[in-house]
Amino acid sequence: MKQLLSCVLTFLLWLALTWSLTPSDIAAGVFISIVIAVILGDIYPEHPQAVFDPKRLFWLAVYVPYFLYFMVRANLDVAYRVIHPDMPIRPGIVKVKTTLRGDIGKLALANSITLTPGTLSVDIVGDDLYIHWINVTTMDPEEQTGTIVSHFERILRRIFR
Amino acid sequence: MSGFFSFGIGMLLASATLCLFRIGRGPTPPDRAVAIDILGTLVVGFCCMLCLATGLDYLMNIAIAWALVSFIGTIALAKHLEGRTFDD
Amino acid sequence: MTSLLPKVLITVGLLFDLLGCIGLVRLPDVYNRAQAATKCVTLGTCLILFGVATQFGVSALGMKAVLCMLFILFTSPVGAHAIVRGAYKSGVKMWEGSVVDAYRDVATTKPEER
Repeated sequence: MKQLLSCVLTFLLWLALTWSLTPSDIAAGVFISIVIAVILGDIYPEHPQAVFDPKRLFWLAVYVPYFLYFMVRANLDVAYRVIHPDMPIRPGIVKVKTTLRGDIGKLALANSITLTPGTLSVDIVGDDLYIHWINVTTMDPEEQTGTIVSHFERILRRIFR
Repeated sequence: MSGFFSFGIGMLLASATLCLFRIGRGPTPPDRAVAIDILGTLVVGFCCMLCLATGLDYLMNIAIAWALVSFIGTIALAKHLEGRTFDD
Repeated sequence: MTSLLPKVLITVGLLFDLLGCIGLVRLPDVYNRAQAATKCVTLGTCLILFGVATQFGVSALGMKAVLCMLFILFTSPVGAHAIVRGAYKSGVKMWEGSVVDAYRDVATTKPEER
């Protein structure tokens, strides 16, 4: 099952990159996909059919525009701080807790945090995320967690259960 | 080459100059590593502008391959900074 | 010839690229620099690639631009995270204006003692 999914995904990527449907291209693509699936199929998660759960795909579709909105806001925020003559920054590294289980969920959360306003994930140790924050507004751990991770976790929890 | 492409290449060159300044000046090795990472991403932008200007489609293949190689280089640099080998 | 929408997208992307590099030069320590530069240059380059994709539409070139965009979007934060972690573990000090450092205790203990 893992190998099959890997083969199909690799073949789709091949089609997107070559963008031609001549028989020779398709034959080469099938051959290479099978070779890659046999060698590297093990790195896929244990239950790959969960990827096609419609509920998860729906929440993923909700998450993408939500994330893009925060990303644009983050950039305007950074641009303001960079251009401002006094550079209004108050940097520091804070520790927040995540309730997400699973490595892929945590990876998605850490990447989202890196690309959103004023925060950059430095390390993940178990359930603790260490975040470099360019403008520390509060010293209270509860409030820090609320400001940085809660709004992403709400949706990510539904994608990566 | 029309004005728009000159403008784009000029902006990217200005950005790359700032990166090079940080690479040359950077007080610590990680500063240089960050600047090299950023310079690698800017090269993708150069490929895009050249692709728009000339219409040669292989420039996009270069952009994809460059993004991949640049990422692996960045990870290798980071591992080196952390004092580990590339195996773990 | 390039039409209007790609031109606008690419111009905004170029502006963000330039701002990110200004941040790389102006900000005080490696953590802030990585922060500003990664965010701005990732979005800037993604916008340039998206502009190329809208210019060429659904074709081999447009598809490659979209794939390259997704790839940069996924890898750039991972690269920044790896460099910043390496910087901290190699002992780079934070800027003296920093207000809090919760990571110090964890980073100084050996991995096997965690």
